[in-house]
Amino acid sequence: MLTKRIIPCLDVKGGRVVKGVSFVNLIDAGDPVEIAKAYDEQGADELTFLDITASHEERGIILDVVRRTAEQVFMPLTVGGGIKVLDDIRNLLLAGADKVSINTTAVHDPEFIKQASLRFGSQCIVVAIDAKRVVAHDPGFKPPLAWADDPKYKNLFLSNALLLAPDASRPFWEVYTHGGRKPMGIDAVAWAKRMEEYGAGEILLTSMNQDGQKTGYDLELTRSVSEAVSIPVIASGGVGTLEHIYEGFTKGKADAALAASIFHFKEYTIRQAKEYLQERGVPVRL
Amino acid sequence: MIAIIDYGMGNLRSVQKGFERMGREAVVTRDPKTILDAGKVVLPGVGAFPDCMRNLEEYGLIDAVKQSIRSGKPFLGICLGLQLLFTESEEFGISKGLDIIKGRVIRFKIQDPTFKIPHMGWNSVSIKRRPPVFADVPDGSHVYFVHSFHVVPEDKSVIATTTNYGMDFVSSIWKDNILAVQFHPEKSQALGLSILKRFGEQKA
Repeated sequence: MLTKRIIPCLDVKGGRVVKGVSFVNLIDAGDPVEIAKAYDEQGADELTFLDITASHEERGIILDVVRRTAEQVFMPLTVGGGIKVLDDIRNLLLAGADKVSINTTAVHDPEFIKQASLRFGSQCIVVAIDAKRVVAHDPGFKPPLAWADDPKYKNLFLSNALLLAPDASRPFWEVYTHGGRKPMGIDAVAWAKRMEEYGAGEILLTSMNQDGQKTGYDLELTRSVSEAVSIPVIASGGVGTLEHIYEGFTKGKADAALAASIFHFKEYTIRQAKEYLQERGVPVRL
Repeated sequence: MIAIIDYGMGNLRSVQKGFERMGREAVVTRDPKTILDAGKVVLPGVGAFPDCMRNLEEYGLIDAVKQSIRSGKPFLGICLGLQLLFTESEEFGISKGLDIIKGRVIRFKIQDPTFKIPHMGWNSVSIKRRPPVFADVPDGSHVYFVHSFHVVPEDKSVIATTTNYGMDFVSSIWKDNILAVQFHPEKSQALGLSILKRFGEQKA
């Protein structure tokens, strides 16, 4: 039976893990390679690096981190952040990444996902979606249609199927790009479906409302997307307890659970999370 | 020496590193002579079946693969390297394979939509016949999969393991000197490395 995956996520900046990880006494707690090894020993199912390096000049640093990690750790490694051209993907895969996660560039140029999945295979193209809940019939809500005329987004608007038009029929979520800074007026559920059609192999779905709150995933969002697509969905944003992970799999119907702080700060080990899930009937690899 | 066949697809370095970690020398090569001279040969691969076949042809590697297998030396196929051994695949219409193992490569057809495609993640193998390379793989072990197509051999006696994903599918085959697996030993942590280790230890 296919097991549910537990994926720790590390924010990497300038070759160092930021946001802090304190679960193990390392000589150098900010070294992504050492932390990756520790998670490997704990039985993590995959590992995700999010490169939050700001400047283009520093982009090469993540390649070195990926290279050194892949020398040590024999499990799937996903790297996201700042991917703009096909060669960015190629360089990451050559350095040892198994998958790449793409967010902003997918929205700017959906065709990029088509090209990337054709060239490298869907299995290594993860589309990351940052989504924020929209209150239906919120009188203050105005879909930001003005930018739809921007030629940069022309591919997106061959049809308006993606446009966010909230009504009372169901809850709605809006896609954001640029690390959650720019609302795009796109319906997250429709966007996930579109990305599947374009060849994405997996969706990494982050609830912006829940991120950092430690009150659990947005289960309604997770379930809505998971039921809308036939590719795996990774739930992200909001885990504070093991019960939250359990709910992500059961109520949220996620295929994998991404979490950061509860593992980084030694609140729980990966193994404890898996034992908790197994006791409650969720298939995991122990 | 182990030759990992490079036909321009996939992350071959991870397979090489896996062997290196297990103390085996492995080269990534597309030189037919190096492949033929090697004591053991690995055909890895991710990507689309027709592209891989086309690349194998373009690089003039089809004979090297076939001769390596005929020579009787240990041969390991990984993921697409398993599927390519078959007669044909239905990925993007019908594509001809190497036809070394009779049978087809077909897409998962599972009615229940909760079974996502690709089949991605850690799933268990049920051992039907145990090749020596699986000496350290207990029945029911979890290994890492990522694929949308699976093999259907005509001769069921080649099946080494099956895996359940909405249905039982063939997750590895073993015939004479050929061992080919649908999962990724190089991504399956200690258990996967044990497979690479045992493969490296086999006598050519």
